[in-house]
Amino acid sequence: MTEQAQAEQAKAETVTVPLHRLAHARAGDKGDRLNVSVIAYRACDYELLKSLVTAERICALFAGRRPREVKRYELPLLSAFNFVLDGVLEGGVNRSLNLDSHGKTLSFRVLAMPVEVPGDHPAVHQKMGGRT
Amino acid sequence: MTAQFLIGCGAGFSGDRTDAPIPVVRELVRRGNPSAIFFETLGERTLALAQLRRLEDPGEGHEPLLEELLRPVLPDCLAADIAVIGNFGAANPEGAARRIAGLCAAAGFSDVPIGVVEGDEVTALVQAGKLTPVGIDPSLHDRPLICANAYLGAEPLMVALAQGARILVTGRVADPSLVVAPLAHHFAWDPADSGRMATATLAGHLLECGSQVTGGYFADPGWKDVPDPHSIGFPIAEVTADGGVTIGKPADTGGLVNEATVKEQLLYEIHDPSSYLTPDVTLDMTGVAVRADGLDRVAVFGARGRARPERLKVTVSVDGGYIGEGEISYAGPNAIARARLALDVLARRVPQHLRLRSDIIGYRSVLADEGGAAGGVTAEDVFPVAEDVRARIAVESDSAQEAEAAVREVVALLCCGPAGGGGARTQVRRRVHTWSATAARADVDPGVRVRVASARRWVETPHD
Repeated sequence: MTEQAQAEQAKAETVTVPLHRLAHARAGDKGDRLNVSVIAYRACDYELLKSLVTAERICALFAGRRPREVKRYELPLLSAFNFVLDGVLEGGVNRSLNLDSHGKTLSFRVLAMPVEVPGDHPAVHQKMGGRT
Repeated sequence: MTAQFLIGCGAGFSGDRTDAPIPVVRELVRRGNPSAIFFETLGERTLALAQLRRLEDPGEGHEPLLEELLRPVLPDCLAADIAVIGNFGAANPEGAARRIAGLCAAAGFSDVPIGVVEGDEVTALVQAGKLTPVGIDPSLHDRPLICANAYLGAEPLMVALAQGARILVTGRVADPSLVVAPLAHHFAWDPADSGRMATATLAGHLLECGSQVTGGYFADPGWKDVPDPHSIGFPIAEVTADGGVTIGKPADTGGLVNEATVKEQLLYEIHDPSSYLTPDVTLDMTGVAVRADGLDRVAVFGARGRARPERLKVTVSVDGGYIGEGEISYAGPNAIARARLALDVLARRVPQHLRLRSDIIGYRSVLADEGGAAGGVTAEDVFPVAEDVRARIAVESDSAQEAEAAVREVVALLCCGPAGGGGARTQVRRRVHTWSATAARADVDPGVRVRVASARRWVETPHD
């Protein structure tokens, strides 16, 4: 197989990587509502993330917390998304019995989410060194 | 009025690093521009806990670390005419003003005007049935009321600044309003100008959590590295008369300011980015963009504003009973099975009517769902299994004694529990629950009081 053919094949295959390799995130809370920003390290990944990290995927990720509603807000100028999840914090910081009653660690639950990227995407081989 | 105003943040929450204001003030003095430093120390529950302290001691109820925060920087601020603004008054702004006046007098600044803004406490409106609850949690409405506080906007703070206050103490104020007020005062911006209010609110939102925009809460080793995270410089915004905002930090401090740190903080605790509601404006962030402008400097632009909300947000704090927590470690072979057994034993020992959560820290805890270790997400999906774990329970009770008794069961595992348990720790804390509501401005505004007097006068003012 030629190098070009190998490259074509790599591009055609999808590879599953943690979202952590493509984006960074921060979680915040207000009452029983959690918001998690997901920000692409590279602006050119915005459209890819838009197709991969949908409100439905986030809803499924937190299904065990029975969200009342999950909304995604798109911020293309920032290469970012803001997810707002209602009813996932055991009643909120004041009532939760979770060690992390704010749900601040949940940004990394989102970043642990497996996503399927093209086989030739840099995130496939990138183990460390996201650029900010 | 000059073309540029600098505003620095000295604290982003109650419990922040108390040495953080020192480099901020040093930088403001060095730059020599007109400037202010603000302290944001009031979380959702902080105010109710302060109210409980005030009930026990009428001199208390303000930020407990007030003097520790201000003592090292106050003389330099006063000498350089840097305004000092803070919601560190909490449940007792006048008490805080007296404490600060004492610091001023000791530093030889007895004539400095200190302003106090009060009237955020609207507990009477709850009793009068004048609040409109937001969201759903009727179970909280019947619990004993502690206090209710409205989020005031920048206007009463601007009144105090116009009357000459160089130190300004408030209770509950919308966090960004602590920044909006000095900017609007300095540039003579009209509070009805929603474009200017949007710009100032955006600056306030980015600064209000202190280091969270300068590399705090950001480091992810190998991915997002932060220089000298032990000495992160708190942010300073440069704001120009035409509404330009640039976020930076003091020279010779750790941390970093780049597009990524600013983006993370921009979206922090935001819901609909097109409608960020404050008492001053409805801020639309959807047109906001960021651009690196040299080392540790990021320009932020594109804020748009619409008319401010008609009603003010109110947080109502009610008695939340007690939370009891207990933990114990298990490590080595079969540690998770032993931790699980410990939790099974505790589930049978703790009174059955108490709300109980159990976790296995290091295996299935903060990422787990409401069931804790009993169900929900498996942290194994995320991290390798660590055979070095802590079993943890948390219970909720209206009785301190009952909560104490429940967590004593964790200590009892040191003899009665599975093999190899160690390091048991327990604590019981009083809790405050909150619910949100809105109030008509016409019901809140008449109670807002602004008082400006010299430090000498405040020292002489007797307690209520």
